[in-house]
Amino acid sequence: MLLPTRGLPAAPSLSPASPPPSLPALRRRRPNPSRRSSKVVSYYALTTPPYKPEALEPYMSKRTVELHWGKHQQDYVDGLNKQLATSPFYGYTLEELVKEAYNNGNPLPEYNNAAQVWNHHFFWESMQPDGGGSPEGGVLRQIEKDFGSFFNFREEFVRSALSLLGSGWVWLVLKRNEKKLAVVRTRNAISPLAAGDIPIISLDLWEHAYYLDYKDDRRAYVSNFMDHLVSWNSVTLRMMRAEAFVNLGEPNIPEF
Amino acid sequence: MALRTLTSKKTLALALGGVRPLVARGVATFTLPDLPYDYGALEPAISGEIMRLHHQKHHATYVTNYNKALEQLDAAVSKGDASSVVQLQGAIKFNGGGHVNHSIFWKNLKPISEGGGEPPHGKLGWAIDEDFGSFEKLIKKMNAEGAAVQGSGWVWLALDKEAKKLSVETTANQDPLVTKGANLVPLLGIDVWEHAYYLQYKNVRPDYLNNIWKVVNWKYAGEEYENVTA
Ligand SMILES: [Fe+2]
Ligand SMILES: [Fe+2]
Repeated sequence: MLLPTRGLPAAPSLSPASPPPSLPALRRRRPNPSRRSSKVVSYYALTTPPYKPEALEPYMSKRTVELHWGKHQQDYVDGLNKQLATSPFYGYTLEELVKEAYNNGNPLPEYNNAAQVWNHHFFWESMQPDGGGSPEGGVLRQIEKDFGSFFNFREEFVRSALSLLGSGWVWLVLKRNEKKLAVVRTRNAISPLAAGDIPIISLDLWEHAYYLDYKDDRRAYVSNFMDHLVSWNSVTLRMMRAEAFVNLGEPNIPEF
Repeated sequence: MALRTLTSKKTLALALGGVRPLVARGVATFTLPDLPYDYGALEPAISGEIMRLHHQKHHATYVTNYNKALEQLDAAVSKGDASSVVQLQGAIKFNGGGHVNHSIFWKNLKPISEGGGEPPHGKLGWAIDEDFGSFEKLIKKMNAEGAAVQGSGWVWLALDKEAKKLSVETTANQDPLVTKGANLVPLLGIDVWEHAYYLQYKNVRPDYLNNIWKVVNWKYAGEEYENVTA
């Protein structure tokens, strides 16, 4: 692990990591000496990207990953945990918290941090070393069905990323109602979860995500993401999971 | 601000090196203003590399895209293409705001050797004491509000030209101060986009905000204040 997570092991899931301080009974039942000295009680821990910080070089530098994960994402985790010490949100999975705190478009104070913790976790898992290129099998067929061709999808993703004004994210999502894939942009911390969409790929377009490596050249960053970083393995898994909620039509029966 | 209304094909040809004659109706084009100091002159508060990229790349891109959007707007208006006119408003606000905001920002900064960082004297100094309690309190307030801007944006010292009152405002992305109130005049704007500090300060925006005061041109802000309140 790169950086200490405040003495806590990185949680394998995004579930709450410990009970809140306002429940003394629970705390007594689960004494944890390592936490007694620390003022901040962690509800959610910083999750670790599924590769080494230098594994995405040269397309994303070790320095960028270390800062982006170890500082930016850590700050969102710390900020969220601080808020949760005095907030009614307890016992939610992070995904539920993001949806609840969005509060139908009038985000509660916890929303920004919660969504950014979720977004960054999802972002790291949207990439892999030696990623990029084009997908195969069912994912490719679904993309061809919804965008006409993989080339069209790539064009739309890049165009969308370049036309975002300010900080935010570009996503490939599965639209629950339309039952199709789509490229969407969100501002700042906003997550497509609130709209009921199922995220498939996320790309961070805050300047901190690429400035050290690409300066103002967002196009090069986005192109390298598509060509060398995006994890079609993650996409395949996410699509399989999504199909539990969205019927994408006739199952593709493998040919023997 | 560098606004030129090009009135003849000849001037346009000169200005654009002989390309597109789009001026028949007098389309205004904006140009990137020069900085009133060298890129490295604000070091160590702001590095020369940041200043160069910020001016030559970021501000220049806002100018280019602003002109492009205005040109498209002109074409859409003359064609009576209402939906294009509406659709272009986003690009005009963003890129036009980017141009306006950065043009002010460069004037808000000054090398230490030329008086950058010297607190305001005269009427603005008195007004700050009156409206914020003290100069230090104003700085604290701007630092706190600037640090709290989510995503990209600006923090401003604003003057309400009717009420003659100072206030601290923030705007998102490249929204200019006037979007916060038609009477608000910017005396000082601080860019809190990550491109304004990331190469030097990384994720620590508060350090950038603390240090920028060493190169703030309070003389400019004071003159603006006196012009508006005169
Ligand atoms: Fe980020
Ligand atoms: Fe800027």
